[in-house]
Amino acid sequence: MEASALDELWVYLSGNPLVSLLVTLLAFALAVRINRWLGGTPLLHAVTLSIALIITFLLLTGIDYATYFEGAQFIHFLLGPATVALAIPLYDHRERVRQLLVPLLAACGAGIVTAVASTLGLALLFGASPQTVLSLAPRSVTSPIAMGVAEQIGGIPSLAAGLVLITGSIGCALGPFIFRMLGVRDPVVQGFTMGLAAHGFGTAQAFAKLGAMAGAFSGLAMGLTGLVTAFLLPALVALFGL
Amino acid sequence: MPLILGMSLLLGCQFAGELLARLLGLPIPGPVIGMVILLVGLTIRGKVPKSLRTTGEGLLRYLTLLFVPAGVGLMVHGRLIANDGVAIAATLVLSTALTLAVTAWVMSSLATRRGGR
Repeated sequence: MEASALDELWVYLSGNPLVSLLVTLLAFALAVRINRWLGGTPLLHAVTLSIALIITFLLLTGIDYATYFEGAQFIHFLLGPATVALAIPLYDHRERVRQLLVPLLAACGAGIVTAVASTLGLALLFGASPQTVLSLAPRSVTSPIAMGVAEQIGGIPSLAAGLVLITGSIGCALGPFIFRMLGVRDPVVQGFTMGLAAHGFGTAQAFAKLGAMAGAFSGLAMGLTGLVTAFLLPALVALFGL
Repeated sequence: MPLILGMSLLLGCQFAGELLARLLGLPIPGPVIGMVILLVGLTIRGKVPKSLRTTGEGLLRYLTLLFVPAGVGLMVHGRLIANDGVAIAATLVLSTALTLAVTAWVMSSLATRRGGR
């Protein structure tokens, strides 16, 4: 009697958006705590960690992704207005952006071509299936854009979104190391590079570790890369004969 | 009230962005066009309204949390990732390192030459 009442309660709760929302927030808070406890290491990003925690929870409880997303979509939805809000730091630092316009555009072009060409080339070299290659192609672009582009060129949108996130955490882990190797200290250059190579993850890290100015340039790089890639990628993919 | 006004502004720009993307058949997502619209609006107005700053900076502070729900979607592609796992991992690490290095190098060498540091 007791057990079946509990079962009923669980069936009711697990189909309820409340559970996935609560689990998402708690997992994130826990992941941030763990990351801080490990000395804020970029190797184990709080987002990667919370995703792993939530996937483990869902697999253990047998809740499928569609049910989870019904609740989590309220958080996911805020990505839209947050992207729009990137205009604010950009506006705050408009003078600096105007000064650096030429280096910014040159770095953006070089970065995008490197990202797309090396991704396609390496993935083909390592023998990934065509569908995987096409889902990998937009990996350095912020996920809402990447999903649209992947769909357009014949990849799998939700896989693309996931690969974008992994790219983001890899970028956050590698970034500080590569800047040290190249002797790059300017927070503006670091921020812009992180935004280009690691989109929203890089931008969030730039805001947190390098300050608002680096964050603004990171957001600019993320937006610019997204815009340019959306136009450029279909042509580049055709060039590789995919 | 500031939160409501700020959120309305952000959603309004996003809405206008979606509308423009659909009408013109652009391959760019609505929020990105919305960002450009807001930037143009701020430039015309000459300052950031306080309500917008409160809401916008609040959202940006928790930007990483907003990626979590989409990321959990990786669980659906377990088999595909297992099949191509090595290729995916090697490609992502090498290509991301290369992208970071090239971008940082191009930008820092051009920025210093122009004396802007």
